[in-house]
Amino acid sequence: MAETAFAPWNDESATPLIQFKNVTKRYGDFVAIDNLTQDIYAEEFFALLGPSGCGKTTMMRMLGGFETVTEGQILIAGQDMNNVPPNKRAVNMMFQSYALFPHLTISENIAFGLKREGKPKPEIDARVDEMLRLTRLEKFAKRKPHQISGGQRQRVALARSLAKAPKLLLLDEPLGALDKKLRQDTQFELMDIQEKTGTTFVIVTHDQEEAMTVASRVAVMDEGQIIQVATPADIYERPNSVYVADFIGDVNIINGHATRAGDGYDVTYAEGTAPLHAKTSNDLGNSAKCALAIRPEKVSITAQKPSKAANTVKGKIIDIAYLGNLSTYHVELANGQMMKAQAANTRRLERRAFTWEDSVWLSWTDTAAIVLEA
Amino acid sequence: MRRFTLIAVPYFWLLVLFLVPFIIVFKISLSDTALAIPPYTPTLDLNSGWEGIKGFFADLDWENFTFLTTDDLYWKAYLSSLQIAAISTLFTLLIGYPIAYAMAQSADEWRPTLMMLIILPFWTSFLIRVYSWMGILSNEGFLNQFLMWTGLISEPLVILNTNTAVYIGIVYTYLPFMILPIYAALEKLDASLLEAAEDLGCSRLTAFWLVTIPLSKQGIIAGCFLVFIPALGEFVIPSLLGGSKTLMIGKVLWEEFFSNRDWPVASAVAVILLLILIIPIVLFQRNEQKQREAEGQ
Ligand SMILES: Nc1ncnc2c1ncn2[C@@H]1O[C@H](COP(=O)(O)OP(=O)(O)OP(=O)(O)O)[C@@H](O)[C@H]1O
Ligand SMILES: [Mg+2]
Repeated sequence: MAETAFAPWNDESATPLIQFKNVTKRYGDFVAIDNLTQDIYAEEFFALLGPSGCGKTTMMRMLGGFETVTEGQILIAGQDMNNVPPNKRAVNMMFQSYALFPHLTISENIAFGLKREGKPKPEIDARVDEMLRLTRLEKFAKRKPHQISGGQRQRVALARSLAKAPKLLLLDEPLGALDKKLRQDTQFELMDIQEKTGTTFVIVTHDQEEAMTVASRVAVMDEGQIIQVATPADIYERPNSVYVADFIGDVNIINGHATRAGDGYDVTYAEGTAPLHAKTSNDLGNSAKCALAIRPEKVSITAQKPSKAANTVKGKIIDIAYLGNLSTYHVELANGQMMKAQAANTRRLERRAFTWEDSVWLSWTDTAAIVLEA
Repeated sequence: MRRFTLIAVPYFWLLVLFLVPFIIVFKISLSDTALAIPPYTPTLDLNSGWEGIKGFFADLDWENFTFLTTDDLYWKAYLSSLQIAAISTLFTLLIGYPIAYAMAQSADEWRPTLMMLIILPFWTSFLIRVYSWMGILSNEGFLNQFLMWTGLISEPLVILNTNTAVYIGIVYTYLPFMILPIYAALEKLDASLLEAAEDLGCSRLTAFWLVTIPLSKQGIIAGCFLVFIPALGEFVIPSLLGGSKTLMIGKVLWEEFFSNRDWPVASAVAVILLLILIIPIVLFQRNEQKQREAEGQ
């Protein structure tokens, strides 16, 4: 399978397309990007995820050439970019604010970059038509940006940045304003474009699902630093910190004390309860404070104590969130710790096995939980 | 009803300050000169009833307008005014645009100060400011003294009482009217548009040409009209700074009124001037309307 094979970041001999080398960006005293070092490889679909204000746009703007680097170096294709103006970079950016030219029509906006290259008119027209079709904007070609909706504007911005078929495309929240259906379609379009053209994408998104769907690697950022970079599966299954585990998806965090036991750790989290066991290759030393991260869908909920499970805890159902295909049960353990367990709704709602105030057992295997430094 | 009152206010304003004076001037332009007070006939005498009104209208004719075509002084004056106004407008634009641009680029905390500096000259009487230009431009004036002191020239330059002085005066006087609308347009300009243009392959200069200029077009047009329209009928500047050869319709008008005391001909000159001005004013309004539509309001 081609997808599993694409992992240049594991290949010692591969040269990255983009290199951040100890990059720091300060606005006055404020550190927006803090000594960041990161490689991004050609043909990657690199997603930046992180809370608002963590520096995602700043990273993109430095790549595009709109912000200078305070310290450190950014290299694109091995070339130091520090003094290269935006128009001399083989990079196109889709702006978070779209930045459409209000005095030009939609098709003129899309053609803008192509015209600067001095291509012949029929070629430009063909390309613009192609972009309009791709983003389903044919009907609006003659309108001005203020005459279309927010989502349509976003698609124009996307079309305009795609039109020049750049080597590196920076997308700052490209799909935020689209409805779910259109967003999914566009995501697949983007992946398709990426496959066909081999363009490298760096994409900022607030939508984890989107990052998971499109990205070859996901970087989780916080306060100007990258906390973890990994494939979508790894970042979900093997977060390296409580921050990442908590940021990506839903998770139960149990704080406790870890002592080495066998090929993992025993975690005591409350007095008078049996320790929880988790297999791990993480090394916390012999004995340390730790946090146990368990995804709700990996927690089973049963009425009777299961006989074979590695970890079992008893609790009481406080709340049930019905999500259609799934239900999330909020269970309070004896020590007051809240845990979430997710179960598929295989039966009709009125025949559900558990209800509020029921006493239940939660259980999970010894590989389900991840031991993290607290 | 409320709507009606709201609309009635500007219309009443227009009626009192524009239409009524215009009708009076128009009426005078159709009259004949007379050695009387006021110096024209006929005057409307409502006491003699219907016959009086009929007689009054019978006495009005287009004679003065015909007279304007017989003496080439008048159309030369109109043409020369148009030329002076157009050239001054161009210079005002060339000087005003960079100033407005610099203001829009300056740091936020500086902008109110710069704006003050632009408006500051209005705090002194217009007449005094034009007089001081006489002091600057005359043969013994500051400018010539300075240039001779630096050794750039040995003979004083003759600037005062030439068209050059008129251009300087008009550009100086109307510069704020050019700067302010352009500044207003440039200030609204979203900096990310220029970044987008650069991102798509423009140099700074092409980005300026393809984005900044088109997006400040409305400001440029507004500024040009605000300068061109008053400059066309300008009287004070050509009389004080211009020479005997400077021909401007405002000056002709003044002379007809006050030197010749020929109110009817002067009124005819004024009516024609107004007609000439109406064309750019209508164009200006159309432009404003288009802008409002373009902004989607
Ligand atoms: N020109 C600037 N001057 C000062 N501070 C700035 C400037 N631009 C950004 N910042 C600060 O830098 C930090 C990072 O900003 P950035 O725009 O990169 O955030 P972001 O991760 O893109 O957030 P969001 O998800 O909300 O778009 C923010 O705290 C922001 O306030
Ligand atoms: Mg951002």
